[in-house]
Amino acid sequence: MTVSYTEPHDELPPAVREVHRAITSLVEELEAIDWYNQRAAIATEESLRQVLAHNRDEEIEHAVMLLEWLRRELPMLDAQLRERLFHAGPVVEAGHGEPVASGGAPAAGAADLGIGRFKKGS
Amino acid sequence: MLDLLKRSLAPITAEAWQAIDATASRVIKSQLTARTIVDFDGPHGWQLGAVNTGRLDIPKKKSDVPWGARQMLPLVETRMPFLLNQMEIDGATRGCEDVDLSTLEQAAKQVARFEESAIYLGFADGGLGGIIPSTAHKPITLPPQVRQYPEAVGAALEVLGRAGIGGPYALVLGSKAYYPLMQCVENGYPPRRIVRDLLQGDILWSPVLDGGVLLSTRGGDFQLTVGVDFAIGYAGHTREQVELYLTESFAFRVLEPAAAVTLKLPA
Repeated sequence: MTVSYTEPHDELPPAVREVHRAITSLVEELEAIDWYNQRAAIATEESLRQVLAHNRDEEIEHAVMLLEWLRRELPMLDAQLRERLFHAGPVVEAGHGEPVASGGAPAAGAADLGIGRFKKGS
Repeated sequence: MLDLLKRSLAPITAEAWQAIDATASRVIKSQLTARTIVDFDGPHGWQLGAVNTGRLDIPKKKSDVPWGARQMLPLVETRMPFLLNQMEIDGATRGCEDVDLSTLEQAAKQVARFEESAIYLGFADGGLGGIIPSTAHKPITLPPQVRQYPEAVGAALEVLGRAGIGGPYALVLGSKAYYPLMQCVENGYPPRRIVRDLLQGDILWSPVLDGGVLLSTRGGDFQLTVGVDFAIGYAGHTREQVELYLTESFAFRVLEPAAAVTLKLPA
């Protein structure tokens, strides 16, 4: 599966094209997670199963990095992730329950304004 | 779990927090340029206290066992307090769309300009060298006529080129140079477009500069290390007011002093 442009490529501003690249890559990483997860589940040779599970976990890392990049670019995604992630209880009610204890200090940047490095041009 | 910002202790609703954070983010971004063009390392969180420079301080006094102390560059941590009116911020939950957050906006401008100034102009008290004080080149004076700015930019690019500093480049100007350049049209063609073509990069406005600076944005020349990125914490409250603060921890290093040229305003 590929994610293609739905609007004329030349009319899209560069920032939108960058977001498109990231979303396309995220879709690819999520697909890869699914593939490795299925193969790891049915592989019968143990060392191969371990390799496939390892690869799946690497793809998860890639997907999360892309998600984090998108979070910094899309304020609404940032707001939704802050509201909905890391809460106990039913997913549809997430954002109203107690945060899940992570067993350690909050991740760096977890409570900041999410400014980071951003683009500015004239 | 309570973190250092203690936001969950504040008598502030989710809607008000959203308005406060969004306003702070908007104002801070409006004042920052430096972090958009230098290498950004972080955020690493509260526990990062210093940047490893990889160097040793060797004492002059001889010792039976020769030794040196590792050089570290400590992070500077800012904490800018401000007061918000409790009734006013409660209005955000009632759907108020023009909540008075002017004290926050003022504080946000100040902390953003503090970082911006430390990067361009240095912050000696905190041990931070800035791009302009560190540059290896003589400053170039901007011509009195804005239409001649492309010549000054060309001269600065030549200096960087001779020093082997590749592009892309960015030109950052203070108000007295930026706005005239943006407004100028010479023979139907704006000099800013010539400048942009020369740079193959952006022209930016910075609130902390008088003249300007032209620098390479190729990477590896300037490094901003952030511990805690701009964040808002809770300090205390009364019936009428809530005291919050804006905080950030960072250090800045110039790794290649030859990668920037200062542009001075004409006398």
